[in-house]
Amino acid sequence: MPHILLRHRDVENIHKLDVYRQHDGYAALEKAVKEMTPDEVITELRSSNLRGRGGAGFPTGLKWGFIPKGESEKYIIINTDESETGTFKDRELVEKNPHQVIEGAIIAAYAVGAKTIYNYFRGEYMDAAYNFEEALKACYANNLLGESILGSDFSCDFYCHYGAGAYICGEETALIESLMGRLGQPWSKPPFPAVEGLYRKPTVVNNTETLANVPYIILKGADWYLGIGTDKSPGPKIVCMSGHVNKPGNYEVPMGTTYRELVYDYAGGISGGKKFKALLPSGGSGPVITEDALDAPLTFEGLNDYQSVMGSASVIVMDETTDMVWAALKMIHFFKHESCGKCTPCREGTYWLEQVLHRVYDGHGTEQDLKTLESVAKQMVGRCLCALGEFAVSPVLSTIRHFPEEYKAKIEQALAKKKEQVETAVPA
Amino acid sequence: MLAEKFADEIAGILKRFPDKRSAVLPLMHLAQEVYGYMSEEAMQDVANILELDPTHVLSLSGFYTMYYEEPVGKYVLEVCNDLACALCGADEFLEMASRKLDIPLEGTTNDGLFTLKNVMCLGACDRAPMLQCNYRFEENLDEEKFEALIARLREEAQSGENGDGRSAVVRKIAAYAKT
Repeated sequence: MPHILLRHRDVENIHKLDVYRQHDGYAALEKAVKEMTPDEVITELRSSNLRGRGGAGFPTGLKWGFIPKGESEKYIIINTDESETGTFKDRELVEKNPHQVIEGAIIAAYAVGAKTIYNYFRGEYMDAAYNFEEALKACYANNLLGESILGSDFSCDFYCHYGAGAYICGEETALIESLMGRLGQPWSKPPFPAVEGLYRKPTVVNNTETLANVPYIILKGADWYLGIGTDKSPGPKIVCMSGHVNKPGNYEVPMGTTYRELVYDYAGGISGGKKFKALLPSGGSGPVITEDALDAPLTFEGLNDYQSVMGSASVIVMDETTDMVWAALKMIHFFKHESCGKCTPCREGTYWLEQVLHRVYDGHGTEQDLKTLESVAKQMVGRCLCALGEFAVSPVLSTIRHFPEEYKAKIEQALAKKKEQVETAVPA
Repeated sequence: MLAEKFADEIAGILKRFPDKRSAVLPLMHLAQEVYGYMSEEAMQDVANILELDPTHVLSLSGFYTMYYEEPVGKYVLEVCNDLACALCGADEFLEMASRKLDIPLEGTTNDGLFTLKNVMCLGACDRAPMLQCNYRFEENLDEEKFEALIARLREEAQSGENGDGRSAVVRKIAAYAKT
């Protein structure tokens, strides 16, 4: 099946405007601004049931519909702050197929009546952004951006912005704060960005991959889109496969593909001929799943029975040799490092989870440490300002749930070592 | 110094926002390009252009990891050793790099050429081990490729190519703001 999102894999040089236009490029934008009202565009998006690809899965058409009508100032922000461990899909899109993201964003701007679009790249992606910047220049030179786009009365500007290294800026309110030149710290909603966002004006924040879906939905219609994937989770999804697999990389698959297919068919199975042990389905932000969940479908609800989530579909695969306490420690270290420090449960919780987990991993842990880990984690849930703190606990709790024997072994080793030390110090 | 060296870029960046405070992160990237790290002068320059309190720039410099609060080498090697990369040997790679350069983490070589750091996920997990050097990604690395990279950078430094600047990437991206 030809790609819908990763089209550069089928069409050479699609990052160039003339090539993109030869392959249906900007036909959707033309259709939208010339044949459809903004409301019709939003209705089409709603009918397609496109859900946000950044991880949260919020219906895109609904999000656009929240923006108040009228002539006031409004903004579209593309979230290319992709920083979740194991996620590298948006980078490929902006680097290799930038026009499709741009076209989706201009259609979004037309639909909600925004006159300015910002693409917020994580600072580390500057090196991947040249094609995107070139693509914008080409759009301006060809009346696809700027005044009276394609002869219509719709005008819109588009700028790139670069962050400077902060995972939290992928959270939409933190991103808006960062774009306003402040610390990237989230605020407690309400107000929602649709009401008060960038410069306190109504703002839509959409993930890069989400917007790349938009042109085809407008061009071919919601019914066509609903034919891909499953009933509740339609459309294609880019899955980032990394870790212990033979062929790591991005794969575009219809929703509903199973995790087993992803690991063994797409990513070529476990590297080194080893056995599968576990995988993180959503980078660090989702609980681990084990062999029994491999036949679950990749959909927004597919992992509900296994107490996990699809999220941004960043699948980190671990083979039988992986120390799960080590893996949990790596992840909690990440969240502790990236906690913005604004709310206490997250700032302190991630710190203590790392401290205690480190002690267990280092072979100095006790039974009480396990209880402390679970107690700290459970107290964080539901009490953090944003999803970072809520997600930070999942690698810890889920590895304790699935691999209690690995934690116990570390604690028993520690106990044996202590006994030995005492016996050597005090000979019988 | 910042205002003179990148006058056109700064003017272009400022035009993008209704509130000039929004330009602070891009200007800090440029200031780091001029001064090598977020020195007091660098922060003062940014604050002057945007009419901000320099302590605000200082707080941003501490919050965002791409700004260096202390002087660093001409080339900053930032190895990702987050989970996905670590599963593919990034921790061992980092140790090897530290041994080859004979510096600890956060250390700088005596000739002032290289600083070694570890960083959180850079979004290139399918090409681990990898590192970011002056905003540029170097991917699918091993010991041999690392040695070749170091040799290439030493040569570049000797030839004076890339001038005193830290990152051609920052200059290239900022140039897009000119038009």
